[in-house]
Amino acid sequence: MTTAAVKWGTCMTDLIQILTQPDFQFLRNALIVGILASISFGIIGTYVVTKRISYLAGAISHCAFGGIGAALYLNRTFGLTWLTPMMGAVASALAAAIITGLVSLYAKEREDTVIGAIWSVGMAAGLIFIDLTPGYFEISSFLFGDILLISSRDIVLVLILDAFIVTATLLFYNRLLAVCFDDEFATLRGIHAHVYYIFLLCLIALTIVLLVRIVGIVMVIALLTLPAAVAGKFTTRMWKMMLLSIFFCMSFNTTGLALGFFRGLSSGPSIIIIAGLSYLIVISIQKVKPMIKKRASFIQLQK
Amino acid sequence: METPQVVEIKNMSFAYQARNVLKDVNLTVPQGDFATIVGPNGGGKTTLLKLLLGLLPPSSGTIKIFGTSPAKSRVKIGYMPQYSHLDMQFPVTVMDVALMGRLARCKWGRYSSRDRDAAATALEEVKMDTFKETHFNALSGGQKQRVLIARALCSEPELLLLDEPTSNIDQESEKDLFNILQRLNHRMTILLVSHDLGFTSQVVKSVICVNRQVVIHPTTTIDGTMIKDIYGGDLKMIRHDHRCCEMGHMHD
Repeated sequence: MTTAAVKWGTCMTDLIQILTQPDFQFLRNALIVGILASISFGIIGTYVVTKRISYLAGAISHCAFGGIGAALYLNRTFGLTWLTPMMGAVASALAAAIITGLVSLYAKEREDTVIGAIWSVGMAAGLIFIDLTPGYFEISSFLFGDILLISSRDIVLVLILDAFIVTATLLFYNRLLAVCFDDEFATLRGIHAHVYYIFLLCLIALTIVLLVRIVGIVMVIALLTLPAAVAGKFTTRMWKMMLLSIFFCMSFNTTGLALGFFRGLSSGPSIIIIAGLSYLIVISIQKVKPMIKKRASFIQLQK
Repeated sequence: METPQVVEIKNMSFAYQARNVLKDVNLTVPQGDFATIVGPNGGGKTTLLKLLLGLLPPSSGTIKIFGTSPAKSRVKIGYMPQYSHLDMQFPVTVMDVALMGRLARCKWGRYSSRDRDAAATALEEVKMDTFKETHFNALSGGQKQRVLIARALCSEPELLLLDEPTSNIDQESEKDLFNILQRLNHRMTILLVSHDLGFTSQVVKSVICVNRQVVIHPTTTIDGTMIKDIYGGDLKMIRHDHRCCEMGHMHD
């Protein structure tokens, strides 16, 4: 126990030392973005988990790849130098959000089929665009995240997103709560439930795109849902769940980045593994606890 | 003086995918009425309710609530849905749920202290005021239903619509529920969808039979044998009801 504590202590001092060195600017940026992004992730993740639309969020994030591919293609082939992959991702994620939203609300199609189609067609479109684009691209940084790519510009972008999401949540908290809990009743109370639903999906799209940098398109869903899922085990109110999941998301990001850095592992997967393990531990404890209590009271009875 | 009509439906039909769900419906509900909508599954009870709420448009004919379209009079309608369609893990407390009834009234989406008072009073009215901070899903079926009634009440409605309030609750809770509704009936018109008539007939003033067509009976004309006839047993209930609505009943 004590050796572990000593080891942890040295780790922390190492980390602090490293963070103050100019050579490790990228790690500092990644940590700052990870912590700041947790605010948006915690809030939006809570909506995704409670409204049970993580599949929808998955489709949106994979569709963002189509936009990345399209932006790269237009950029290289037509010389649209102002068009960055990020802009393409934002545009296609928003389009995917609106389409999936409208489909789930109005088209009497099997919703999961449509979601699956958007999911893989978006991905396929991205790959085709990259095939068509001259030159070689390392696409793994988009798929799995790469903290080396995080710049100080990203910090500003994440700050803007945080400000936007926090303001939207403060303004529309009660309405979004009602829409997520019982959209029919919200409609009857004069709320444009469908408009709020699509708006929520757009917020999800923006959050996903900005955060793809850290964990990548493939894993972003886990970072969106797991902190909220863990938080949901400890509270019975929406706003408390948001605050808790912000906290959990911050811890997962920080420990994941540290683990990745010290062990030489990819940071995205490290973050996701830590988040997944935490969720598993929390639900296991919740399942086992009543059993132990039952057993204890049984033994008491026998005495 | 004539009592004003809360609900006025004239020659209304509703078809879903070329199939008539409701046909030539003529129905009036006077102010202060307490009516149950009964009928077999698939007979169009829920459809009628959704039409009254303006969630579905009629294929032909007109529906007027408080003399205007259902969508316009929504604010005057309190609606209690079945709780079974709600997410059982959603993070809300009893108070959170009740406050949702005030959404149309609150400015900027924020609840004022008046909204909170109204929600608290409504919870008191259904005897759920001691559960304000309880997780909604920790409640029993009957308690959930009472909270959903409180949610409908705190918007101060003039017409209360309830969808199957007696399903999934025990007899004791059902009795409590009807005591509450009977009290509320003094100040608002009540329409409730129900699958069983046996008990409700002691409280309600009229019965609306829905099986593609709609037929109204004042409860005074319903005697014991008739109830037994219509709702003798679960299986028979459907068949008898079908027959009685097609041709069996005499009414005005």
